[in-house]
Amino acid sequence: MTDHEQTSVPEVKAALEGAGYLADESAALVSYLAQELGKPVLVEGPAGVGKTELAKALSRATGRSLIRLQCYEGLDESKALYEWNYRKQLLRIQASEDESWEDIFAEDFLLTRPLLEAISSSEPVVLLIDEIDKTDQEFEAMLLEVLSDFQISIPELGVIEARTHPIVVLTSNNSRELTEALKRRCLYLWLDYPDVDREIEIVRLHAPELDDRLARRLVEVINMVRQLDLKKPPSIAESIDWARALLLLGAHDIDRAMFERTMSIIVKHRTDIDLVAERVGVRLAEEGKYRLAEGA
Amino acid sequence: MAVGTAEILDAFAALSAVSWTDPADFREALAATIAKSQEDRQVFDLLFERFFFRAAEAGALEHQIREQRDEGGDRLDLEQLREAIREAIAQGQEGQMRDAARLAIAAFGRRGEGSGVVGVDVQRIRRTLGLQISGRDAEGEESRLERQQIQAFERHLRRELERALIERTQAMPPARPLAELDRALPTSPTQDLAAVHRAVAQLKRRLATLGHEQRGRKRASAVDMRRTMRASLETGGVPLRLKYRPKRPRRPEIYVLCDVSTSVTSASMFFLSVLHALHDSFRKLRSFVFIERISEVTEVFERERDFREISRKISQEGGVADVSGYTDYGRVWLEFIEQISEDLDPRSTVIVLGDARTNGREPHADVFARISERAGRTFWLNPEPRLYWNYGDSVMAAYERHCDAAFECWTTKHLENFVNVIAGGKPVVE
Repeated sequence: MTDHEQTSVPEVKAALEGAGYLADESAALVSYLAQELGKPVLVEGPAGVGKTELAKALSRATGRSLIRLQCYEGLDESKALYEWNYRKQLLRIQASEDESWEDIFAEDFLLTRPLLEAISSSEPVVLLIDEIDKTDQEFEAMLLEVLSDFQISIPELGVIEARTHPIVVLTSNNSRELTEALKRRCLYLWLDYPDVDREIEIVRLHAPELDDRLARRLVEVINMVRQLDLKKPPSIAESIDWARALLLLGAHDIDRAMFERTMSIIVKHRTDIDLVAERVGVRLAEEGKYRLAEGA
Repeated sequence: MAVGTAEILDAFAALSAVSWTDPADFREALAATIAKSQEDRQVFDLLFERFFFRAAEAGALEHQIREQRDEGGDRLDLEQLREAIREAIAQGQEGQMRDAARLAIAAFGRRGEGSGVVGVDVQRIRRTLGLQISGRDAEGEESRLERQQIQAFERHLRRELERALIERTQAMPPARPLAELDRALPTSPTQDLAAVHRAVAQLKRRLATLGHEQRGRKRASAVDMRRTMRASLETGGVPLRLKYRPKRPRRPEIYVLCDVSTSVTSASMFFLSVLHALHDSFRKLRSFVFIERISEVTEVFERERDFREISRKISQEGGVADVSGYTDYGRVWLEFIEQISEDLDPRSTVIVLGDARTNGREPHADVFARISERAGRTFWLNPEPRLYWNYGDSVMAAYERHCDAAFECWTTKHLENFVNVIAGGKPVVE
């Protein structure tokens, strides 16, 4: 794999688009800066606006492979950084009876976990640290060495420095405030739901057979739903799913009946479904009448 | 906003990587390196606008450049203006929208309609322009505008008005939520959410490690095979030392009861910010607000991140049964113990934020005693100075007896004090 360097903001934007991701100005600029400055990017925003997708698209656009570390509560260094392969070490000791076994703390016995793998890879990679806000603050502290110096200190072995410079993307759903120390080491990018036109483009990119009018209608309805006070507002991925579902069903318009049949694709909470059916369903019905009247 | 040397270095590094002539790139590059949260970003935008607006104005003065006024600018009548603005909004171009907003402000400013209050002016201008969200009005197809577009225009209006206001008064508008917090407190050392968060973060560490060793039965700990084997490698594969699974410090379960009645109005903003910070640090936290009756607000905090939103939601839909507006502590205890008595166990901590003023109602100290008996620890934070406790209708003494400790608390300093004391440290304030 070769590293496709992009040397200006529009180029980055075009490359991301080629990878199936329509970035807005700031996302393109920050991605560009991340490559230029070699700094990690902290992406925050509501769930489902394409934070993780940005990292995946970056990996496709740059031709680097993606290494992903999914964070969860209780994630520790033996799962994120490295671990000694003690079985292999034991075997070595037993196999080499009386000879010296001083060398069992060598790289051969090291099990690489995502972070170590990312910095010791001979090809440059994209490292995605997903949902960093799910971990404890202590874990953030552990990341600092990797993020600022791209190195990992292993007590028995010494410091392992990065052979290549990875692009690091951290995502957070903003469920808690991250520490200042972590933020200081990152570029910051806030992703929000895209505006109507951009979302239409995104939907059309992923469901090209959908006709323009229906795509606009779909995004408008999605926006209507997002404005309600829901437990989980529909994400971009769900807009796309819905578009594909409508295609499959051969829908020509989103009227109340169609909406109620397919609503479960975009709304996934018992209480939300009731609320949406009530508010949006009624509004669609009214609009339907209005349109009929207009046509007459 | 914390901007250190590291941020400044980053900002310059970033600027050297983008072109300076593109205002959007320039701004985003600075923002990405300096503003590290959404709140920061708002402050940043305001400052950025103000600084570069002023710099541009100053530069213009220096070079004797005047804004090119449209020849017919003054005669532009309302109808034409309306049309022009509507077109700009429909097209949704940032630059055009800003020009339109300026035009609108200038037009209405000339007619002497500025009230000086940004929000009022925005609404007034919008009404005069007849901007309506697309719907079933008599308007023709083309003139219907999307809600988002109108909102975008309003944002521009607001920004331009704010800017004009800043220019006129030569002062930044005060950051509202913090200012409110300040005014609301009896004494006002500079408070901010960040300080409360810091104190609570300390509290978390203390609570997590405090006193757990002595609690509960000592159970046989399990041998950790992996670590035992690993350790055995230092002795040639012979497991000389057994490694045990570390006993996980039990997660503290915290119940916070927060008085939001009128007698503590001044402190409740502070209490809410403490609650907000607690929710950031503890996953197993249930919070309740009460006046006459109790109401759980855990979910509000879990769903909302923005402090202002939270306080609005709690005051509006907190579901606090507020018939008289007078606290009824006795009833609150009864309801609390009924709702969650089975969840209370020795590892839970109950924190009460309130002034213990019962308005002459039955205090039910015995019920409170039962709560504190079941819970591992009970703390009381009182927003009144110790001097006022037990005067008037305050029954603090009756409750204090059953608490592990009670503290006066209305500033972050007090909060730190509380954290220190329960960790066995020395009090910071007397």
